[in-house]
Amino acid sequence: MSLTVSVPARAGSRIELRRLLRALLPTLSLALVVTAIAWLNPRAISYFGFTLMLNLAIPIALATLAQMFVIACNDLDLSIGTFVGFVCCVSATWLHDMPLLGALVLLGCIALYALMGAIIHARNLPSIVVTLGMSFVWQGAAILVLPKPGGAAPGWLHATMSVKPPVVPFPILAAIVIALVAHVLLMRTSYGAILRGAGGNPVAVQRAGWSLLRAKAALFALTGLFGVLSGMALVGITTAADANIGNGYTLLSIAGVILGGGEFVGGRVSPVGAVIGALTMAMAASPLLTFLRIPPDWQVAANGAILVIVLAARVLISQKGTAR
Amino acid sequence: MPFGTSRAARAGAPLVSLGGVEKSFGAVRALGGVDLDIAAGECVGIVGHNGAGKSTLMNVLAGGVTPDRGRVIIAGEEQHAYSAAHAKALGIRCVFQELSLCPNLTVAENARVLHPAIRGFGWRRRAGRLITEKLDEIFPGHGIASGDLVQDLSLGRRQMVEIARAFTVSDAPARLVILDEPTSSLDAHTAGQLLEHVRHSVAAGLSCALISHILGEILSTSDRIAVMRDGRVVVADPAASFDRGRLIAAMGNVEGHTGETASVEAAGARREGAVRVRLRPPRQPDAHEVMAREGEVVGLAGLAGHGQTDLLLATFALAGALGRRAGQMVQGPVALVAGDRQSDGIFPQWSIAQNIGIRSLARLRAGPLISPAREAALADSWRGRIGIRTPDVANNILSLSGGNQQKVLFARALASDARVVLMDDPMRGVDYGTKLEVYDLIRDEAHAGRTFLWYTTETDELKNCDRAYVFRNGIIVAHLPREDLTEERVIQSSFAGVH
Amino acid sequence: MRVVLAQATARPWLWSFVGAAVVWLAAAAYTGGTGAGGMLTAALSLAVFTVIVGVGQMFVITLGPGNVDLSLPANIGLASAVAMKTMDGQDSLVVLGLLAALGCGLAVGVANYVLIRALRIPPIIATLSASFVIQSVDISYGRGLQIKPPPGFADFTNIIVAGVPLLAVLTVVFTIGANIALHRAIYGRSVLAIGQNIRAAYLAGVKVEPIRFATYALCGALGGLDGALLAGYFRGANVDIGNEYLLSSIAVVVIGGTSVAGGKANLPGVWGGALFLVLLLTMLNTFGVSAGVRLVLTGLIIVAVIAAAGGPKATR
Repeated sequence: MSLTVSVPARAGSRIELRRLLRALLPTLSLALVVTAIAWLNPRAISYFGFTLMLNLAIPIALATLAQMFVIACNDLDLSIGTFVGFVCCVSATWLHDMPLLGALVLLGCIALYALMGAIIHARNLPSIVVTLGMSFVWQGAAILVLPKPGGAAPGWLHATMSVKPPVVPFPILAAIVIALVAHVLLMRTSYGAILRGAGGNPVAVQRAGWSLLRAKAALFALTGLFGVLSGMALVGITTAADANIGNGYTLLSIAGVILGGGEFVGGRVSPVGAVIGALTMAMAASPLLTFLRIPPDWQVAANGAILVIVLAARVLISQKGTAR
Repeated sequence: MPFGTSRAARAGAPLVSLGGVEKSFGAVRALGGVDLDIAAGECVGIVGHNGAGKSTLMNVLAGGVTPDRGRVIIAGEEQHAYSAAHAKALGIRCVFQELSLCPNLTVAENARVLHPAIRGFGWRRRAGRLITEKLDEIFPGHGIASGDLVQDLSLGRRQMVEIARAFTVSDAPARLVILDEPTSSLDAHTAGQLLEHVRHSVAAGLSCALISHILGEILSTSDRIAVMRDGRVVVADPAASFDRGRLIAAMGNVEGHTGETASVEAAGARREGAVRVRLRPPRQPDAHEVMAREGEVVGLAGLAGHGQTDLLLATFALAGALGRRAGQMVQGPVALVAGDRQSDGIFPQWSIAQNIGIRSLARLRAGPLISPAREAALADSWRGRIGIRTPDVANNILSLSGGNQQKVLFARALASDARVVLMDDPMRGVDYGTKLEVYDLIRDEAHAGRTFLWYTTETDELKNCDRAYVFRNGIIVAHLPREDLTEERVIQSSFAGVH
Repeated sequence: MRVVLAQATARPWLWSFVGAAVVWLAAAAYTGGTGAGGMLTAALSLAVFTVIVGVGQMFVITLGPGNVDLSLPANIGLASAVAMKTMDGQDSLVVLGLLAALGCGLAVGVANYVLIRALRIPPIIATLSASFVIQSVDISYGRGLQIKPPPGFADFTNIIVAGVPLLAVLTVVFTIGANIALHRAIYGRSVLAIGQNIRAAYLAGVKVEPIRFATYALCGALGGLDGALLAGYFRGANVDIGNEYLLSSIAVVVIGGTSVAGGKANLPGVWGGALFLVLLLTMLNTFGVSAGVRLVLTGLIIVAVIAAAGGPKATR
């Protein structure tokens, strides 16, 4: 005969403190970056300054959300950067010259992303290898669409991205709207709970009767959708495109999700956190480094370093919490 | 006492009828032809040793596993292409040992996962109300909010949520609830609340399949009891006809065998060999420590999950650590026999020989490289010694039955140069015959000078030990000599030491 | 026929060699047979560089799911610059330059492991971040002079004997040695054990962390060696010299039959995969396709091969 009773877990204020710190990490990081910028260059803290610094924040935020959906199901998208570049090229050419064709192509891309998610689930493939391969496909396709930098953004796109609302800079306003939409989509809807559950305990969700294939395809489709929006926003800002324009977005998007409190496994992501993380990365990636007078050669390294620092900070917080 | 007023004895077809169900996983035969009926409004208790096939059978019933042969008849209709979705649609709910809550979701969201019908505006409120009402019904005073994240709940609370969720009803009614060790993470009070609720529900017409190691629970809650052994139901009778002794006898016990050898042991000279292991659990407040000498078989007992495995892992880590620690020591190389084969033991791509040889790679070298010939020779010698049933040690390990796979893990540890062998509840899922063979081997090895630290959740197995430490809440609460290694004494000590 | 087919399906990596042969024949057919032999020689020369890093990547991937070294391109670029600057155009300094490149690569591998272990960062992220840092180091270090390799070294990397490049022969010897290490050395067995079940490996007495350290260090060192050799072969170092090796190092491992879930590795397949990829590129170039089409096709074929091979089958 065997006897089984478990050890009662110990709740503790330590766990609460640890959780609080982790939840606040995105806001703290943003505050840190803004403070640093304010100290280095006070004039940057103004309507005009923020509009300029957060110029690229919207495309970065959209790309970060795209990455977030994939991370929510325990995968990673290493092709988001080249995909955004491809969308830019399509938007600057077909969407401008032949809007219907352009729109169809972009919708087709979203469908392709959904298909990719379905295949990854059905064949049990590692997403990093598949998305790495797809990144070459998007890169090549971008070169085919736009061999040389150029093209022209559709007028309506450019106009949308050039809006200058009173008091609050457009990027901040847009970021709030985007964050809210993503939050409602993933955190408040009933199917959103299923999608996150599919990342948290896929076996259990499947046993409850839900289709994991559909969930994966849905999440990847959302990634495709937000990737398309990101590319369109980007070309709306830069008005012209080139095939390599989005290449840095892969690392930026991953950093943004992690900075925003997301975790690589377990389906624990936060849309609001991801957007805050994206804003932080947008300011830290270029403006802050420029103010710190870091030469352009090293700005690339700084992007990589930021991600390492954020992850290290998280580990330190966890370790402090579990110190015996 | 069995539930006399149940409607189990009514005429008509049973709710569930399993006939001749067989299932094998590779070479592991989990079910060898099972017949079982469950009527509406009846609670059937299912008992058996680890590895008897209880969980697999329930998995078949819940549609999670497709049997190789046999009939599954639910509500009079034979099921073809039976799946988990079908089972759910037919009103079958389950609470399995592996909790199926999503830790990253709230309690209400987890309730929604089970009820696709709850959607649209205000779904969160409705799902929260559904689960909270059920929690109030089964576990009054539970202290769980529907907005709590599951990952923040204690194990006991998680189990309460999982159980309550299984009883919730939104659109389709629940007709059968399968409970697999539902009280394993609950304290006595909450366990009592659950069993109370089961009795009430069964009286109201719900069927229940209850698996538990705690025979007292089974006897008090079930209308009928089915005893499983080695993949078959060996007896299924009304609960009133059973008592503890009859259940134990039907399950198959080890007492008869070790009874003889126990006297042989007592007659033998007591060893006073060198101390091989000395270790103290980190939060031990008093002077108790685990101490094992050369040639001893020392048991780690007590309720499951109370720090025994942690101690074994600490011993393992200590052996590999550089540097000394005050008052702790492990003398000689250490090997560990894992209990959870899948996650801790087996290398599924490798052959039997490679699985045995992995702990002894250094000795299998001829020159700088590993010699396949030596590896095969080692495996062959242990195949004979421990009785691994296979025609060829070069076959893949998954070609072996569960019991034989466990023998491979034993061979791996015993073939090595380890002087101390740690065993982490290694007889889980092992058939009775294998257990007896391995007990003999352990005794022989101990005579030859090896030290064994043996954690087991089957109190009967402690009869193989010279003495045992009883654990509770991660610390040692008692040190029992061989004469005192009975279930009553072990339980007594484990509760006596509570702070 | 059935026996042959059964044997072939039992060894999926054979398909990579078959694929390589098919692609080579297609290219040869397009040119009407001219230069077919030269194509093969050139393919062998180029495949060497993919094989060297492919072997390192294979050991890393075999460590288990989530293990991959994405810092290879940056590593190769930096090592090529380090090698060329150290050799300084002098044949007498060739050995020193090779050692410097190896050391540089080794340092990268060690740094990767430190990030992974000390900061508990998933290897994908650790190596990705590291690659950005290495890239910056390379840009600032290699800025300015375009240093040429010493003539003796450059010639050495280009020696061809009876249609077979010397480097290819040396690399084959290397892969044979690596194969022996994989199956018959304690190191190789440990890697395979860790890849199948890291917890079981720990409990079976395998020294998990030292083995992981050695594997990442090895992969880095091989990247460094590759960088030096590439600089010699192409007669010059540059930052982007390693860019194509990110996808190709992973692709040849997967196409060659190594499991991405870890625990099962295939060394001959790395050669098959490398030959297939190089000949595929040759074929596409022969057909005169543009860079864009080349990229798209390469990516699609790799995705298709992986999708066809499938991932780990569920055990229960």
